[in-house]
Amino acid sequence: MTEGPRTIVIGGGHNGLVCAAYLATAGRRVLVLEAASQPGGAAVTRSIAPGFRVSACAHILHQLNSQVISDLNLVRHGLRFSARDMATVALHGDGRHITLSGADAGTQSLAAHSKTDAAALPKLRQRLARFAKTLQPFLGTTPPRLGTRDWSDRRSLLKLGWKIRRLGRNHMRELLRIGPMNVADLLEEEFETDLLRGALAFDATLGTRLGPRSPESVLTWLYRLAAEAGAARNGAGHGLAIPEGGMGSVSDALAQSATAAGADLRMDAPVARILVDNDRVSGVVLESGEEIDADTVISNADPHRTFIELLGAEHLDTGFVRRVKNIRLRGACAKVNLALDALPSFNGLEESQLGARLLIAPGIDYLERAFNHVKYGEYAEAPGIEITIPSVDDHSLAPRGQHVLSAIVQYAPYDLKGGWEAAKDGFADRVLGVIASYAPGIEKHVIARQLLTPADFERDFRMTGGHWHHGELGFDQLFMLRPVPGATQYATPMAGLYLCGAGTHPGGGVMGVAGMNAARQVMLKEAA
Amino acid sequence: MTTYDAIVIGAGHNGLTNACYLARAGLKVVVLERNPYIGGAAVSRELHPGWTYSNCSYVCSLLRPEITRDLDLPRHGLQITPYEGGLLLTRDGDYLPSYRDHDLNRREIARFSKRDAEAYDRFGIEVLRYCRFIKPLLMMTPPDPTSYKPRDLLGLLNIAKRFYDLGEEQMYDLIRFATMSCAEFLDGYFESDVVKANLAGSGIIGTALGPCSPGSAYVLLHHYMGEVDGVIGAWGFARGGMGAITQAMSKALQSFGGEVRTDASVAHIIVENEQVAGVALDNGDEIRAKTVVSNADVKRTFLGLMDAKDLPEEFVHRVRHFKIRGSSGKLNIALDGLPTFPAVPRDCPALRGDFHCVDSMERLERAYDDWKNGTWSRDPYVDMVIPTLTDPTMAPPGKHYLSVFVQYAPPYLADGEWDDANRAAFGKTVIDQIAHHSPDFKDLILHAEVRTPMDLENEVGLTEGNIFQGELTLDQLFFNRPVPGYAQYRTPVKGMYMCGSSTHPGGGVMGAPGAHAAREGLRDLRHPAHARVAVPGAQLDESVPRGQRLQYGTRS
Repeated sequence: MTEGPRTIVIGGGHNGLVCAAYLATAGRRVLVLEAASQPGGAAVTRSIAPGFRVSACAHILHQLNSQVISDLNLVRHGLRFSARDMATVALHGDGRHITLSGADAGTQSLAAHSKTDAAALPKLRQRLARFAKTLQPFLGTTPPRLGTRDWSDRRSLLKLGWKIRRLGRNHMRELLRIGPMNVADLLEEEFETDLLRGALAFDATLGTRLGPRSPESVLTWLYRLAAEAGAARNGAGHGLAIPEGGMGSVSDALAQSATAAGADLRMDAPVARILVDNDRVSGVVLESGEEIDADTVISNADPHRTFIELLGAEHLDTGFVRRVKNIRLRGACAKVNLALDALPSFNGLEESQLGARLLIAPGIDYLERAFNHVKYGEYAEAPGIEITIPSVDDHSLAPRGQHVLSAIVQYAPYDLKGGWEAAKDGFADRVLGVIASYAPGIEKHVIARQLLTPADFERDFRMTGGHWHHGELGFDQLFMLRPVPGATQYATPMAGLYLCGAGTHPGGGVMGVAGMNAARQVMLKEAA
Repeated sequence: MTTYDAIVIGAGHNGLTNACYLARAGLKVVVLERNPYIGGAAVSRELHPGWTYSNCSYVCSLLRPEITRDLDLPRHGLQITPYEGGLLLTRDGDYLPSYRDHDLNRREIARFSKRDAEAYDRFGIEVLRYCRFIKPLLMMTPPDPTSYKPRDLLGLLNIAKRFYDLGEEQMYDLIRFATMSCAEFLDGYFESDVVKANLAGSGIIGTALGPCSPGSAYVLLHHYMGEVDGVIGAWGFARGGMGAITQAMSKALQSFGGEVRTDASVAHIIVENEQVAGVALDNGDEIRAKTVVSNADVKRTFLGLMDAKDLPEEFVHRVRHFKIRGSSGKLNIALDGLPTFPAVPRDCPALRGDFHCVDSMERLERAYDDWKNGTWSRDPYVDMVIPTLTDPTMAPPGKHYLSVFVQYAPPYLADGEWDDANRAAFGKTVIDQIAHHSPDFKDLILHAEVRTPMDLENEVGLTEGNIFQGELTLDQLFFNRPVPGYAQYRTPVKGMYMCGSSTHPGGGVMGAPGAHAAREGLRDLRHPAHARVAVPGAQLDESVPRGQRLQYGTRS
């Protein structure tokens, strides 16, 4: 396809690829420019030692939208899972772990701690699932603007109000009550087992700069559940899953789908500036100096990078620039990857359970103390950790008999006092120490280790602040306020420039929905 | 046995306001107060001979002008004198004063940051805009969003219309503001940590939130919602201490023919045939009335004074989980003379305002972390005033009274009890904090009363010593306050009402809950007077020159 106006997508992250694939399918002439040498942005599988490969950033696929999977034929393009419907094990210091699996909530191990909690958990899950189901459709719609005369905005707002009202009086009251609450208070109302509360609070705060006692942490939990509901729609559910070959294979499937639909992908092509002519984008210039013309430019980069660095504040009005500069996007999440010469053993866990998602979040106060440090630019002394050992089910990731361990660690602030360079080893030791207290002797099996801090994410994946969601989650930065008023409907104040990254509604989490929504808006606004 | 039309339990400012409106409508009303004195937490007490302490609540701003006017409080002796400024003292011996003069304030802020001095204008205008939107919400009974009754729908439509009238950009700003943390909200305007810390104090006073907790920006606004003589956001001293407010209310009540009984502690509320019938006192007396209004907080009212079997199970469950963690302490200190603050010029008018010993957001947040861990703050935030510089009647000639509000102090200590030793240690922490800025302060102390959240619970009856009778977080505000479905001052029991700060719009010597509960009660009685209760009247917002509208740095 060489005719017609050209659309450039800056950044081949998963949302950029989704957006490109949809546009190419619709017959547009699309060019994706990716700075790295492989597609995927932060959804990539990288080598950490010869023969050991692991997902660089997120390591569990649980939110990829079912519509994206089917529309883009991802299964035909190679998406496979090595593990699906994974159980979650909340690790207990003395081995009295609680197993929480999606469907039956594993009430046995929980009942050993508390019978009332075992009875209460399914009820809470049901309540939250109902709210998540109500909110889920709004992830896939363009957020409405307030106060416009546009009927689609009004219809969308009325629909939201109607949906909430349709919950019925008691459920609606409950949603309005817990929506702004902190998750610790909610869990303390419901449960007495601190280990259970810790594990659930970890899910609620994962990937955010919130502690369990920060208000709005129930909202981030509902958000996570709504995104999971979007992945499970039409019976397509795979629960918590690990793609075969790591997260990079999701991106590979997306890239193949986009290419098959006719999009061009260019690797090693970092964009330096977005070009503007007559108050409209006219193309981009690469860091190499090469200029490429385009009629439409869609940025998968975070909003700060897009507007301030690539476009330039001089093309925008000051109020808008101020909003962009005030976006909260300092990450607080780190990643530790270990290459192990043998399968580690965890106290009280059978070998068959090592394919599960293992959580180190032994209680609310533990997590809250971990969070306290972030506020002062320190890393958590005893962090909360989510561990997977993907090589248990996928032998392609490590040499035979050897393994990779992938851990998401909260909290490690982007803005560490004194900088990360000097502190990295200390923090990695600490994380390893915490893991070793549940898996004694693991340190003897470590062949190689890698710590990625938010500062590393910023450098490696060009995400400002190293925030996985390209912007913090919270009422003030979600839905019709994401990323900033004036750019919430994927179009921006600059004609011809669109956003499609995690910084826009509905955020990151390898959902693909932002890219899908953006593509729809571009097709609506830009003539082919 | 005596019979009344209405019984009000508790002679706090809301109970008295409520009783005044009921009596004004012609009801035969009695207010029952457990203590030998009236006022609840708005009291003046002589705890050291010659000194009058405002020993709980200590400054005034939020008292609704509609109520002052309806009850004719100035005629009954109420006089409020505004602050002349405010002061922030930094660790390294500098200070940031604020005055009533806008330009002077800008000059002082510019010493810390020129950019912030510019931003201060924008901040003032925008905060005032939010105040304008929210203030009318304070003066309405919250509509129930799940109801299809015309009254609720109209209320919601009215709010929606006012919201839409703000215009697109400002609607977004308001949503952001209502949900953001105080720290991030201030980061949007200012760069100097000192300037931010000076404003952030309002965002934490009385709450179980830190400046970095989402939702704390609203608390900041809550403290700007008041006015003194039409100056928005201004705070002032009641002549004769805060008790002067409740004394004036009590006189107003008498003028309407109402009655107050002290030393009348209610043991329980009598319910007959699912309808309230009166109260039984500790001494065994019964007082009958078809309307009973409780000024006590919801926990005390429903878990303490009522029998769970008279209430729906779900309601009791919600009340049990109502968040009411106390977070503040108080010191009342009699001084032999005026302490010197070397950082501040002796004749600085800002001394006749509030002082704060804090200079960074981090110190505020760390103070909060101590509270979360179950200890009082090692480096506490203090909000202190010397009322005797404005009102010399509160101490003997030449002597002074210092009121020190302390944030944070937990109701329960992680290790140990609030015994005398811990109370003394808490007092010492606070006194050392002040002495750091005033070398002669310790030598001037003649008497000091140290009050922990538990003391507040025991003396005034505020559960866990929460000064707002319940935390001010979004899940407990407006139609969620105190519990969803019961935000309209009615309770599950017919004839029984709530009028304390546990109800919308919350605490801070505002009087609004008392007025709203009276309006709803009179409505249920089909009494025409309900339409005349605290109707928003002459708002002075428009008549005040722009520069003076928001008084910077002055707060409770």
